[in-house]
Amino acid sequence: MSTTTKEISIGDVAARQAAGMSQIEGEERMALNVGPSHPTTHGVLRLIMELNGDMIEKCEPVLGYLHRGDEKIAENMTYNQFVPYTDRLDYLAPLANNVAYAISVEKLANLDIPERCQAIRVLVCELARISSHLLGMGVFGMDAGAWTPFMYTFTEREKLYTLFEELTGARFTTSYTRIGGVARDVPDGWLDRVTKFCDQLPKAIDEVEKLLTRNRIFIDRTEGIGEISKEDALAYGLTGPNLRASGIDLDLRKDKPYSGYEKYDFDVPIGTRGDCYDRYLIRIEEVRQSIRIVNQVIQNFPSGAWYAEDAKKIFAPPKDKIMNNMEELIQNFMIVTEGPQIPSGEVYFEAENPKGALGFYIVSRGGGVPYRLKIRAPSFCNLSILEKLVPSHLLSDITVILGSLDFVMGECDR
Amino acid sequence: MIDQDFTNSLLAKHDYLSKISHADCLTLSCLPADWVDFAKFLNQEEAFELLVDLTAIDQGDTADIRFEVVAHFYSRIHHDYLRVHIDCLDNESPEVDSIASIYPAADWHEREAFDMFGIIFTGHPNLKRILMWDEYPYHPLRKEFPLAGIDTPLPAADVVEATGASVEPAPMMGGPFVSPGSGPMSDAEPRAKDESWTEQIEKPV
Repeated sequence: MSTTTKEISIGDVAARQAAGMSQIEGEERMALNVGPSHPTTHGVLRLIMELNGDMIEKCEPVLGYLHRGDEKIAENMTYNQFVPYTDRLDYLAPLANNVAYAISVEKLANLDIPERCQAIRVLVCELARISSHLLGMGVFGMDAGAWTPFMYTFTEREKLYTLFEELTGARFTTSYTRIGGVARDVPDGWLDRVTKFCDQLPKAIDEVEKLLTRNRIFIDRTEGIGEISKEDALAYGLTGPNLRASGIDLDLRKDKPYSGYEKYDFDVPIGTRGDCYDRYLIRIEEVRQSIRIVNQVIQNFPSGAWYAEDAKKIFAPPKDKIMNNMEELIQNFMIVTEGPQIPSGEVYFEAENPKGALGFYIVSRGGGVPYRLKIRAPSFCNLSILEKLVPSHLLSDITVILGSLDFVMGECDR
Repeated sequence: MIDQDFTNSLLAKHDYLSKISHADCLTLSCLPADWVDFAKFLNQEEAFELLVDLTAIDQGDTADIRFEVVAHFYSRIHHDYLRVHIDCLDNESPEVDSIASIYPAADWHEREAFDMFGIIFTGHPNLKRILMWDEYPYHPLRKEFPLAGIDTPLPAADVVEATGASVEPAPMMGGPFVSPGSGPMSDAEPRAKDESWTEQIEKPV
């Protein structure tokens, strides 16, 4: 466990009040401030804790250090212009965010998305899930004191990023989707390279499992730590692997399939205890299931258009037509300057992202700019349980609990 | 999917509800006075166990009802969402009852709505800002709040005393933030419209 936490001096009245410490004199209590810049907190989460010895009695998360006002920004730009901002929500799985956002707007516009585009989106979502979970598992191992698994998972993730770069032109901030389609079709031979990657990935996962799953130290540090009951998980609005680890069988890919997920055969792993160890096991299994989905998508990869062809006022026409035809040029100009014309109404859509259900609530009054766009960030909801979960754990468990929740502050603070 | 029968029985049982639409999911409007009762009913009797989202909309200061709170519930039995709109009757100091005691998930969502819109959730156990710092004087998602931000004192008093620094608005020129919230982008391109403020001529204060 890292030791760069900073003890708040006795005179720090504000911090003491924030931690709800009314009485200090005569009691063996210590206020401890972890973060906002601390390796344990995986970003800029700050925890103000009240300790009794090594036991945490009270924990107050402080958010907002990465708040950029994404929702305000969204109200001021056209639908397609907001796509790059979605990259920066859960920046460990930008492709999945792109897809979730695109589907939300398309639902509002009542667009039919061609099969090939849907397949591409499922493919990139699952690859994003693999990359996010690879990092999640790696750093979780690191949080628990095991360095080596991180090396394995990071190597694999690097290979994935090379694939992403080939597909989207960027490694991290992919901005791959457009309203009504994707930015470009898959390159030649790319699917074969994805298959090749998926063929060798299980071996690497096995290596990680050999190092962690039956590792005595790892089990001692994670089993029975940070247990979340079914009831609590639901009450606090947890989603994704964290909810499923508590034994709730809720996966939006199965429950409310989108983008053609109903066509693929995969299992949804659920946990029994809802502790840190379960959350780790769920992620391992989800990677394996994602590989299954990816292979199925590639085996039945549909041909045809990869953008909504009949959505003239929404999806920009192909580049060669813009260059050669007057009408397409005008149409492209209108879409770029005024934004895709979306009818008025409201829509709520959630996609099963690696971190949980990423939701977009969009209110439109017509035109190319959303009137209100609310991002329902899974990390925000998953972290809200900290106040209840952390007390009665030891200080050294904080690292493990935070690592197992696998959150991203970019998404939490928006 | 939530079907017509369910909707009808819900509306028959609770006269304070009215249906707005059924476009992507069932959308109801609930009278503010009965909001907590309805949330209790949804949680305990209808198995809408997940409060997935709770937020607010600012309809602009010309609207009769300026602020609306919008909640989304998910039911694992219906496999569907339920959206509830609650009007805040007072435009000046909007207020809605808190449901944080029924759905703990609402705690942070309500804090965020308070932070961003200034809506008071009565009965909330710990209603304070969550994303902005505690001393922040504005509610940034209100429509009158400018995109660039407003000059605001830094929360750290000692830093302000030593440096006189403050949180300054973002420069609009050259950034991506050049369109107003409504109307086409072509109306709002500052390089074409605003001659008083260019790279050569300094921004007027």
